[in-house]
Amino acid sequence: MSAPRVTVVLFPGSNCDEDALIAARSTIGADARLVRHTETDLLNPDLVILPGGFSYGDYLRSGAMARFSPAMDSVAAFAARGGAVLGICNGFQILCEAGLLPGAMLRNAGLRFVCRDVFLGVETKRTPFTLVLDKGEVLRMPIAHGDGNWTADPGTFRQMVERDQVVFRYVDAKGERTPDANPNGSLEDVAGICNVAGNVVGLMPHPERCSEELLGNTDGAKLFRSFATALLAHRT
Amino acid sequence: MTVLVRVFLKSGVLDPQGKAINDALHRLGYANVVDVRAGKIFRLEMEGAEPAAALASARKLADQLLANPVIEDFEVELAPAGAAR
Repeated sequence: MSAPRVTVVLFPGSNCDEDALIAARSTIGADARLVRHTETDLLNPDLVILPGGFSYGDYLRSGAMARFSPAMDSVAAFAARGGAVLGICNGFQILCEAGLLPGAMLRNAGLRFVCRDVFLGVETKRTPFTLVLDKGEVLRMPIAHGDGNWTADPGTFRQMVERDQVVFRYVDAKGERTPDANPNGSLEDVAGICNVAGNVVGLMPHPERCSEELLGNTDGAKLFRSFATALLAHRT
Repeated sequence: MTVLVRVFLKSGVLDPQGKAINDALHRLGYANVVDVRAGKIFRLEMEGAEPAAALASARKLADQLLANPVIEDFEVELAPAGAAR
């Protein structure tokens, strides 16, 4: 079985691109490469990661300008064919701006940049990144963002719940949803969502920053390993 | 010709910045301020002499880039002649 092919898209201002490459290699032995935002050839990937950072300085709105990169046309086409796409933090913001995921980001409710560990409850197993996890399982991951207050209009959100598009919610260590557990005021404690088909996932927390023993936490590796399992099932 | 594009969060969308500013104004004693919405104004210098065309173009680019229609509304208008920069 050949190694999973992972492409990380590098935007001007991305700063978690190397972390994503290293995590993909160390967790699932991926053949992982960077593709610049100006390229349209994604190098035939099994998975595209839009990394964290501050693309285009977060000017105008987070992710607003990265959306118009040539590479994003290819990402949209790849996603439309059912290709797996993972947007982390700024990558999640870009996916929302591009319309590949529903909703939009507001400034954090507390107005401050929040950089700390949070707990996430797994809401669905239907995405490649949560396939091997249990519904209700609690993961610990770091966040670092100022615009993570995800929102959507009530009708859109109701439809998303019906279609099982909420992937992660902020919870406390016991898995309970509490006001204190939500670091940014996001609607209904949403931390991560997927598209209708389930192949495009965005989340504010950083799995690539907690995927090795050396970093003191390996919960993020579970998402990568889940993807590798999903890919294997898809190939056979 | 100068076109102004104003972008504000939609009325139903919580505005954390506007709320913080509103709270600060209350602390300063401005009890008459009931609500604050923070927004953005873009001043576009545009080529061409036809105001309708400039406004149409501004509406298109505002919808495409300057505003996110999921959370924001916008309005466009010609800046009054001789308006201060």
